[in-house]
Amino acid sequence: MVGFVLVSHSKKLAEGAAELGTMMAPDVPVAAAGGMADGGLGTDYEKIMDAVTKIREQAPEGVLVIPDMGSSCMTAEMVIEDFGDPDVVLIDCPFVEGAVASIVEASGGASLQECRTAAEEARQAEKL
Amino acid sequence: MTDNAKVVEILHAMKEAISENAQFLTDLDAPIGDNDHGINMDRGFKKVEADLPGIAAKDIGAILKKVGMDLVSTVGGSSGPLYGTAFMKAGAKTAGKMEIGMDDFLVMMDEAIGGVQMRGKAVQGEKTMLDAMIPARDAMRAAAAEGKDTRAVLDAGVAAAEAGVEYTKGIIATKGRASYLGERSIGHQDPGATSFTVLLKAIAAAY
Repeated sequence: MVGFVLVSHSKKLAEGAAELGTMMAPDVPVAAAGGMADGGLGTDYEKIMDAVTKIREQAPEGVLVIPDMGSSCMTAEMVIEDFGDPDVVLIDCPFVEGAVASIVEASGGASLQECRTAAEEARQAEKL
Repeated sequence: MTDNAKVVEILHAMKEAISENAQFLTDLDAPIGDNDHGINMDRGFKKVEADLPGIAAKDIGAILKKVGMDLVSTVGGSSGPLYGTAFMKAGAKTAGKMEIGMDDFLVMMDEAIGGVQMRGKAVQGEKTMLDAMIPARDAMRAAAAEGKDTRAVLDAGVAAAEAGVEYTKGIIATKGRASYLGERSIGHQDPGATSFTVLLKAIAAAY
């Protein structure tokens, strides 16, 4: 199964997005890597690296890393470069909708590429 | 030439300059960012300073690489990966060197700028630290080519960086958190361009 790491400046936002995603797909490995070590706003390289390492062990198909904005994208990018695994990829998608769509996709046994496509296609989804 | 002990001394001066300007940098970030630039930079350089004694005997490349990793790990905002990448790229070009000259410093600036552009996917004119870094590097390279001494080269760099900060007041931010403000970002100087200028001034003063 594919696993996920959700990266945000906000601990609450990352945990909330993970909560929404796993509500419909409780078996999918998902880690929230939000905020700094002290819980404050920011992105924490070590926290993201630890989450990627943990989820990769549980996800033989690979890991999608979904950042929200700004330093989340840059810090997650550095973690992925240093982790050096072609099956751990950073993707560009709406944070909540992309996470939910691709986590649900993963629960059905989809491949890394299929999950990635589901996340990226969330950009086109109309809400209203 | 500047040896590794001098580099450590300069890094200490950079940390002091960031500490002294932490509130100022945060205040600049309040109207156009998320009100934490000085706090973040100060946290990062405090970690750098704490680690300096353990790496002071190493080569300049290893010292700068550690500085970059410390900033990536502790800053928390965008300046972490940006300055972190800048220091790591500069360190990669000085690996194994126990002393450096102005030619090396200009190459380090090229690498730092390239690293920031790669990591931030930004170019000059977007109201970022690049608007101070690139003019400073260009002015230093021109001054060095004219045969000026290191003191004069660094002074030329600081003057160009300060002019770059002034330039950021008049332009719209198209990168970073400030880009959400659009035209409302005009009139405010960029905190990242300012922190780079603070760091370069500290280098020039400590040299």
